[in-house]
Amino acid sequence: MNLDTLLQRPDVWRGGQASAAVRAVPSGFDELDELLAGGWPQGALTELIMPRQGIGALRLLMPTLARLSQDDRWICWVAPPHIPYAPALVSAGIDLSRVLLVHPKAQQDGLWAVEQSLRSGNCSAVLAWPTLEDNVILRRLQLAAEAGDAVGFLFRSQRYVQRPSPAALRLQLEPEADGSLSVSILKRRGGRAAGAVHLDTSLPHGSLALHSRTPTATGYTQPHWQ
Amino acid sequence: MPVTAARALVHGLVVHAIDRKAGQEALRSLADWAFQFSSRVSLYPPYAVLLEVQGSFTLFGGQAALLKNLRTGLAALGYKTRLAGAPTPLAAFGLARCGSEQMIAAQHQLATALASLPVSALDWEQTLLDRLDGMGVRRLGDVLRLPRDGLARRLGQQSLLYLDRMLGRCPDPQELYQPVQEFKRHLQLVSEVEQVQALLFVLQRLILELCGWLQGQGAGVQSFTVRLLHRERRHTDLCIGTHRGSRDAGLFITLLRERLERLELRQPVIEIELHAGQPVKLDARSPGLFEKAGAQEQIDLLDRLRARLGDKAVQGISAIAEHRPEYAWSYSEPGASRKDSKDQHRPLWLLAVPRQLETRDGWPCWHGRLKLQASCERIESGWWDGQDIARDYFIATNPSGSCYWIYRELAGERRWYLQGVFE
Repeated sequence: MNLDTLLQRPDVWRGGQASAAVRAVPSGFDELDELLAGGWPQGALTELIMPRQGIGALRLLMPTLARLSQDDRWICWVAPPHIPYAPALVSAGIDLSRVLLVHPKAQQDGLWAVEQSLRSGNCSAVLAWPTLEDNVILRRLQLAAEAGDAVGFLFRSQRYVQRPSPAALRLQLEPEADGSLSVSILKRRGGRAAGAVHLDTSLPHGSLALHSRTPTATGYTQPHWQ
Repeated sequence: MPVTAARALVHGLVVHAIDRKAGQEALRSLADWAFQFSSRVSLYPPYAVLLEVQGSFTLFGGQAALLKNLRTGLAALGYKTRLAGAPTPLAAFGLARCGSEQMIAAQHQLATALASLPVSALDWEQTLLDRLDGMGVRRLGDVLRLPRDGLARRLGQQSLLYLDRMLGRCPDPQELYQPVQEFKRHLQLVSEVEQVQALLFVLQRLILELCGWLQGQGAGVQSFTVRLLHRERRHTDLCIGTHRGSRDAGLFITLLRERLERLELRQPVIEIELHAGQPVKLDARSPGLFEKAGAQEQIDLLDRLRARLGDKAVQGISAIAEHRPEYAWSYSEPGASRKDSKDQHRPLWLLAVPRQLETRDGWPCWHGRLKLQASCERIESGWWDGQDIARDYFIATNPSGSCYWIYRELAGERRWYLQGVFE
């Protein structure tokens, strides 16, 4: 193995330069795409950490899901905490015929379903709300996402923020007083964990007002929640 | 020889009764299965099946490949078999009967190949064979050397015809077997089974039979039912589905395993039934034969999830043109969604059951006092089906910035409810 092939590996991190090899799905928010070097990492897990419900975490994904629903693969929701409301999904531009809802009875079945969906290659995106502590399982999910070339979104509560995670991308979501959503990077594979953006995710989308928070001189912004 | 006489002669003789009915059934199911190798299958009771295979060589990529497939398939079904091939049915039967697993391609080789076989290769009555024995004739070659008129006189005209047919000197048309139109199998277990693994082992054979039959039909099934029968006429039904239709035994077995592993057997199983749904035409390409080894047809996610979690746990959703929010959506078959919706501002989460909110000083509260947006949407509908509603809907924000969809009843106690979350 020579140096070039070694550097092509997505898990090799080069300081000061983002790897161009990571494929991304545009988020639909230009500023976020810029921050994430193209968007959500394809074939990987993204963790969205949020302090509570109702802050617009799902809205953040609507442009992505609308785009992915044009694909002929499923958008699989495993054990959502409430009913994904069909009229709102239609308004967001999602083709409902690509939406798959999975309601497992036991948590163990839920994780199994997430892993199967990610791995199958039949899903463009998998949404899940895991409450597990176990990193080994998360690693399995990350590998499954790679195998199935799916975008895995894990919505997680604030109490997991300090835990190390094998997810390719970890984002901290915070509501702002003006109703916009603050998104800051906790971890990004193949790039530095730097920067934050404020996104107006309010519906109807399309007219997005973006307010940027300029990274500090070192290129690293301490997430403001710490 | 009667059993009593045999017992007297041999000490410790083990006697097995022949179940003729079961034997016939097995032969027929074997014929159903064998249709994938030939469209001309005949039963040759009590224990042989004839296949006209010459025409199938090209399809399978030669004689050797066909035989290999046939042998592997038969072994997987759990049968002990002897395979022999010849230009005439009776010659093939004679070879197989004597355990001489040859494939004789040309008619002129027949007489030589058969010559060394014992006379028991002939499917004749025992009295005729005894008569041959009495004449000192042991081998088929000896029989064939006898003068025809003498043979006809001693053994009958029928025997002469038999030999002519065997050597291909005169035609021997066979009655073709018609495969069943509906696949149904019933299996009595030798002992009561409580272990799922053991059930799977038995079911595997039935599924291989099913898939062989489907292959012969050029069809697949979207579902099949396995019925496990317990004592006292109780039973457990397992319906295995694959929404695209398939005849891939590997897929069926995987799906069945998912289902079985999650099954709690309350009682041991004594019998098993397998009943296939209506066959659906699949393309003529037969996956079992032409696909590379190991490249198993990918198991559809939907089938896999449903096999383990149950059909109802895996759903699609539809949007429905309806004013009442709780009726403006429904579950539907995945991939077949209705999308009738007006473009209205609606929350992404809907609560399965609206939750009544507490009020403080007349204001609704949910993790703090809710601040209502000025605009209100009045929804009054449903008088025709008795599920009528009359509500004022608001978008509300609590002190920590979470955004909700709430309503107030227009009648009665005018209570507040939380129905959606603007996530």
